[in-house]
Amino acid sequence: MSKNKFGIFSILSLIGIFFYACQSEEEITYARYYTAGKQLYENKCANCHGNDGAGLAMLYPPLTDSTFLKQNKTKLACYIKNGLQGPIQISGKNYEGIMPAQATLSDIEIAEIITYITNSFGNKQGFYPYQQAGADLQNCSN
Amino acid sequence: MKYLVYILLATGLIQACSNGPKTLPILGERQTVEKVIDGKTVIDTIYQHIPAFSYLNQDSVYISNVDFDGSIYVADFFFTSCNTICPIMHRNMLTVLDKYKGNEHVKFLSHSIDTKYDWPNRLKKYATKLGVTGNQWQFVHGSKDSIYSVAAKSYLVAAYEDGAAPQGLVHQGWFVLIDKEKRIRGAYDGTKTDQVAQLMNDMDLLLQEYEQK
Repeated sequence: MSKNKFGIFSILSLIGIFFYACQSEEEITYARYYTAGKQLYENKCANCHGNDGAGLAMLYPPLTDSTFLKQNKTKLACYIKNGLQGPIQISGKNYEGIMPAQATLSDIEIAEIITYITNSFGNKQGFYPYQQAGADLQNCSN
Repeated sequence: MKYLVYILLATGLIQACSNGPKTLPILGERQTVEKVIDGKTVIDTIYQHIPAFSYLNQDSVYISNVDFDGSIYVADFFFTSCNTICPIMHRNMLTVLDKYKGNEHVKFLSHSIDTKYDWPNRLKKYATKLGVTGNQWQFVHGSKDSIYSVAAKSYLVAAYEDGAAPQGLVHQGWFVLIDKEKRIRGAYDGTKTDQVAQLMNDMDLLLQEYEQK
């Protein structure tokens, strides 16, 4: 009986290892970006936008407007790096204020933050690689 | 038998002590003075209290200590363009305001330390965007000379200008609880939710103190 149990355990472990190994390269990178992005978000963004991405009344907009984030995906890197000055419409409300620039952030840090934000707070947009951040930053209008 | 009575008495006393209403400490400097009352000399303690003040608020009206008579209040120091600890503090302060909304015995007083830019029109914009209306929560502008010394001397909160800081201004995020006699009864880190919960507990205790009187 105990031999049987051991056998089942071994098989399950093997399956587990197999699955883990099968996690694609991109999934692992995504997980790494997401974790690093969470840390950066909490240090650089959460004061105003909140740990839960809910913003603060009409002072700071929430990051839960998936439509806005999707439509402006290629501009997010510019917003973060160069800051943003209103007015902008988020979830049907007009926000006017100044988001400070974060000029010292590297492409990969920006990509990590975008990966975290666009996959948290009810958003699900998937992986955003650093090459993409580099390319998007070439096209900033400000 | 005799001992049993003593033991019972002792436990009774201890219980009486622990069941007594919990009161908040009185913080700050204090000094004792001798007074002569009815021909007898008694020693009285004088506690530190918030001296008289007068500031321009978000509605361009001068408000003073008199407007806070008969209420306990929570004071803090902030500025409208601050993007470090202020948003966290006022996110938490909103929770406290929600709990005591409409309670005329509870008020809030936020002093701006950005004396250059935070004039009433900016304070009004800030309050409106924060969703604060009415006069329970006052946002005030004071002169540069007074506001930093009021912070340090009256409320025991450090606030000063520092060119090396990212926004040029440095301040601590304390929520200071003031009683109806304008004495300091507690100070809580306004950026930490557990301390803000403690503040609300203590505010209930303080309000009870006055109900019992």
